Amino acid sequence: MNLEKKRKLESFAALALSGLAAVVGLFWLIYILTDVIVNGIGALKISLFLNDPAPAGVEGGGLRNAFVGQLMITFAATLIGVPVGVLGGTFLAEYARGRKIARVISVVSDIMVSVPSIVVGAFVYAVLVRPLHHFSGWAGAFALSIIMIPVVLRTTEDMLSLVPWTLREAAFALGAPYYKVIIQVVYRGAATGILTGILLSIARVAGETAPLLFTSFNNNFFSGNMNGPMASLTVTIFQYAMGPYKSWHSQAWGASFVITLFILCLTIAGRLIIRWRYKR
Amino acid sequence: MRVRYIYYRYLTRLFYHYPLQGRKVRSLAIFSKKNYYDLFFSFLTAVASLTVIIFIIGILIVLVKESSFAIGKFGLINFLTSTAWNPVTGIFGAATTIYGTFVTTALALIFAIPTAIGIAVFVTEIAPNILKGPIGIAIELLAAIPSIIYGMWGLFTLAPIMSKYVEPALQNTIGKLPFVGILFKGTPLGIDLLTASVILGIMIIPFTASIARDSFNLTPAVVKESAYAIGATQWEVVKNVVLPYSKLGVFGGAALSLGRALGETMAVAFVLGNNHKIATSLLDAASTITVSLANEFTEADSDLYLSSLYYLALVLFVMSFIILAISKFFLLKAERKYSR
Repeated sequence: MNLEKKRKLESFAALALSGLAAVVGLFWLIYILTDVIVNGIGALKISLFLNDPAPAGVEGGGLRNAFVGQLMITFAATLIGVPVGVLGGTFLAEYARGRKIARVISVVSDIMVSVPSIVVGAFVYAVLVRPLHHFSGWAGAFALSIIMIPVVLRTTEDMLSLVPWTLREAAFALGAPYYKVIIQVVYRGAATGILTGILLSIARVAGETAPLLFTSFNNNFFSGNMNGPMASLTVTIFQYAMGPYKSWHSQAWGASFVITLFILCLTIAGRLIIRWRYKR
Repeated sequence: MRVRYIYYRYLTRLFYHYPLQGRKVRSLAIFSKKNYYDLFFSFLTAVASLTVIIFIIGILIVLVKESSFAIGKFGLINFLTSTAWNPVTGIFGAATTIYGTFVTTALALIFAIPTAIGIAVFVTEIAPNILKGPIGIAIELLAAIPSIIYGMWGLFTLAPIMSKYVEPALQNTIGKLPFVGILFKGTPLGIDLLTASVILGIMIIPFTASIARDSFNLTPAVVKESAYAIGATQWEVVKNVVLPYSKLGVFGGAALSLGRALGETMAVAFVLGNNHKIATSLLDAASTITVSLANEFTEADSDLYLSSLYYLALVLFVMSFIILAISKFFLLKAERKYSR
């Protein structure tokens, strides 16, 4: 076999192998998605959203408490996390632009994004749950917002950096102080980008389970009290899937389907906004 | 008045300047009333951005403080090397959970990294343009699926498949070999190190693939084209141009996935069985740091027990922080090298 043929064969084999890797990788992921969709749609009933859980082992009941709890905790986390994240990102991209402190904080938040979320849960347990002697929805929201802040902060920083500098100079030339320039010019220019970052960060924390295990804990009854233990979809999925009853398993699939759908919709919305705004 | 002026100058030094196109130019601060608002706003944003630093230092301090009881009792080396984990007698060691963490993470990376690089090569080099977009989006979406979904799927779908087909098949082939055979001893139940590693691997594939793809895309088209012009095949371009060019980025991405995998809880919590022992067989239940925390934290009935769990969390935090910092170092270096 001459050299040229050998090289072509080698190239073909290697590329076929990488194509195979792509097929195998995507196969598993599509398998998981179809499994969630098939099992989840089978478990979707109106009662899943409208009823509270039945006593253990009894058929029927729903997860109304978990849906409401999840929404409240995620919403509270967004309320804490978004303002802090957006303001922090503003500091990095505007007042501290090009300075060492901006780079340091930026790198630290990149690390913070990937810090084990269960450690964050343990941290919040020590500072908010044990001193107050009870689990609470606020503690869960606080734990989620700790995970959320670095995500929002980094996207805000990136999006503000994309606003052309000449735009700010135009505003400076009119005699506007920096804070007015930021609020009225820079934020407007980057609004869609920041919104996308917020959507993606909500998607990120909505699926978190580990930080809620020892903070908002769980609650088998309907509760709108953020000062007491609160049910959340993810913790309920963990409890129900590990439980012994068939009806629990089916409800866990239903809850998984809803939460996956919610997160995928947010992610797709975020991507579409980016594509529409920053056509690349 | 003079003091206030100096204080004001000091604060403006810190927060107040109009940076001009990357060059730092201190503003000739005009002391009108307006600038107090600006000072306030800059101070607000500075505090907001410092929360990240406060949290990371706060987590470290709290973990050290909470685990000080266990640190005093067991010491560092003794805790890390002891295989005991006995809440009844109150003797705790981290060796079993650290072992479980490393085995699952290492196996997951062995599954995930070649697949992820394969996907990245496929997306950047081989796939026709019509496929590039959809596959890229699919990867991003799959990275967004929460880990608890992977964990539950593992428990209900993958574990039965593993115990019925894959694990007996492995026992009958590789399990018969000398030396390696010990890895596949025992009853295949599906709740074991192997299943957990496979799930963890599947979970980090999209994440690793998207970083690898981004690094591959950093290779300038001109360099690739010149390789093609002297007659290189597609594989030779990937092997000799793209891979060396994106080496740093891929290393960084692999380290980032390693950091993620170390700290992953829910994907493995369902199928690992939380069994504190050094399992020589991959078909044995085991435990990782995260799984013990998730299962035992709210059940810890003595101060020493809780303190030991915090000690585990501290070990995990320090380990993953170091690995993530290393990965960030590689990624920054790659960025600086090629984005010029």
